[in-house]
Amino acid sequence: MMSYSEMSGCGLAGFINRDGKRVSGKDIFDSITSMKERGNGMGAGYAAYGIYPDMAEYYAFHVMMDSMDIATEITAVLNRFFHIVKSEMIPTKSVPSLYKKTTPPVFYRYFVTPREDVKLPLETEEDMVVRAVMTINENVKGAYVISSGKNMGAFKGVGEPDEIGEFFEIDSYKGYIWIAHTRFPTNTPGWWGGAHPFTLLDWSIVHNGEITSYGTNKRYVEMYGYKCTLLTDTEVAAYIFDLLFRKHKLPIKATLMAIAAPFWKDIEYLKKKKLNKVAEMAKKIREIYSSAMLNGPFAMLFAYKDGLIGFNDRIKLRPFVAAINGDTVYMASEESAIKVICKNPEKVWMPRAGEPVIALMNYCKDGICHPG
Amino acid sequence: MEVKQLNETTYEIKCGTTHYKIVNAKIKELVKNGAEKIILREVYGQRYIGTGIKEPVKIEIHGTAGNDLGIFLYNPKIEVFGNAQDCVGNTMMKGEIVVRGHAGDVCGYGMRGGKVYIEGDVGYRVGIHMKGYKEFVPTFIIGGKAGNFFGEYMAGGKLILLGLNRKSSEDIVGDYCATGMHGGIIYVRGEVPKRYLGKEVKIFEIDDKDREILETELKGFAKAFNLSVEEIMSEPFTKIVPVSARPYGRMYAHRWGIASGIIK
Repeated sequence: MMSYSEMSGCGLAGFINRDGKRVSGKDIFDSITSMKERGNGMGAGYAAYGIYPDMAEYYAFHVMMDSMDIATEITAVLNRFFHIVKSEMIPTKSVPSLYKKTTPPVFYRYFVTPREDVKLPLETEEDMVVRAVMTINENVKGAYVISSGKNMGAFKGVGEPDEIGEFFEIDSYKGYIWIAHTRFPTNTPGWWGGAHPFTLLDWSIVHNGEITSYGTNKRYVEMYGYKCTLLTDTEVAAYIFDLLFRKHKLPIKATLMAIAAPFWKDIEYLKKKKLNKVAEMAKKIREIYSSAMLNGPFAMLFAYKDGLIGFNDRIKLRPFVAAINGDTVYMASEESAIKVICKNPEKVWMPRAGEPVIALMNYCKDGICHPG
Repeated sequence: MEVKQLNETTYEIKCGTTHYKIVNAKIKELVKNGAEKIILREVYGQRYIGTGIKEPVKIEIHGTAGNDLGIFLYNPKIEVFGNAQDCVGNTMMKGEIVVRGHAGDVCGYGMRGGKVYIEGDVGYRVGIHMKGYKEFVPTFIIGGKAGNFFGEYMAGGKLILLGLNRKSSEDIVGDYCATGMHGGIIYVRGEVPKRYLGKEVKIFEIDDKDREILETELKGFAKAFNLSVEEIMSEPFTKIVPVSARPYGRMYAHRWGIASGIIK
């Protein structure tokens, strides 16, 4: 395929096998590569769930570092928080076209288990993992944790989606949820840490658009100890999800209502329709979480171990298509990216603005997952 | 990409995931050499199909047509057997686009002529800033439902929304319908909730003249999808027209200009 670069937006794609069937990264690779046009070669990435079944009980830290020398510092920090069960370099393949753009950093993965004796009072295990991630991102120069969840991982960098996919040998991993991104950086630099997905614990996010309320959101999450170190707006969305979803235990729909809040006039209309309770809840969420609202145009995919959620800003300023085929739910920026890997889906639709597509694992039907 | 000649003037191109520049260059080359019909198979989101061709060639698309289908279209007739994505008929001038499926957001943007018929639903911002001038009057007909910002800033032409697939609980059109509209005409088969309408428009029931316009315009649509015009016309229509030709004329105008009568 010829090389080209043209003004465009970002592109995103993702799917979930709700029955938990793990598939090779080949599918997501084909899907996101078909939308190469939407990026400009300055960032691409993948996140997958279910890729480390043998190490599923350990937190998998994917760490990106400028040089191998920093590895000792990383090990020192990790040892303060965890027992390192296994550490290895993430295998990568030589992709010559990548080196023309930038020098790729070194990627390491650590499988760790938390040390009980270093937990702060009232701190949960997850809080400690978050603290460790923030410590490395803020204090170890030239090193960034790009994912830190159990049985999942992120792979990302500066390049086209096919270059990054080949670099990390994405097709050698098998996962039941996959999300991917091709980037067209506009407001922030195109560097390895700034590529999507952004993750924390097992949350991961890919995003098309821009967060014009970034300043407000950043100040808000910083009050709770999150450190925005990756020089891009999307990072803050991952931390807002962690805060609302995990720490404040809001239901999925309430979390999304806080992030893509309904207009006041629509809340008024709910009252007119005698939906007073819903209106009251919408009002409360808007009031309490006004600083968590993301303003600006966006389409986002948000994945965690139990599901995949896609949603739009409230006036749909970015494209977003969803499809269902059997137990698999697909979401992407363009319908063609879904059709490339699923020729005849049972249903294809364009979700309305602010109306999330929530695809949880089949086992969530009994209500054992996060309250829906 | 595979190219096959079916007869003297008909060609078939198997597109797959070939880049749109290669596919579109091939289409242009074939048209230049006398092709009258081109069948594109296994289309996966190739963009800008049909643009830059002035011959009234027929283009058939099997698969999912990419963004900006028929942008600046000037004569070709495009038929999509499948769905189309965003920006169908963007700034289109002449010709015809038929989509046997649904289409995405921002279709018919700045359209200034020709006909677009969509069988199913369309997304957000469809028909925004459509315009018309003298003999150029665009027509955009949607068989299904539309999202928000339908006909926003519309300046000319005809937008017809039929909602033939609508369930009784569903809205035919979304919020901010016809906001800032200052020209052209919108016909909706059914009622439009008042809270969705922009301040710049008024709604009317259709009269005999409207009925005549609708019957003429719907002929092509009904023929394309094998429907009957009478059946479509059997439900009441709402007509949406602008109150003013320049709703924002005075918004940024200087006080002196208004006082002296230069800006009306």
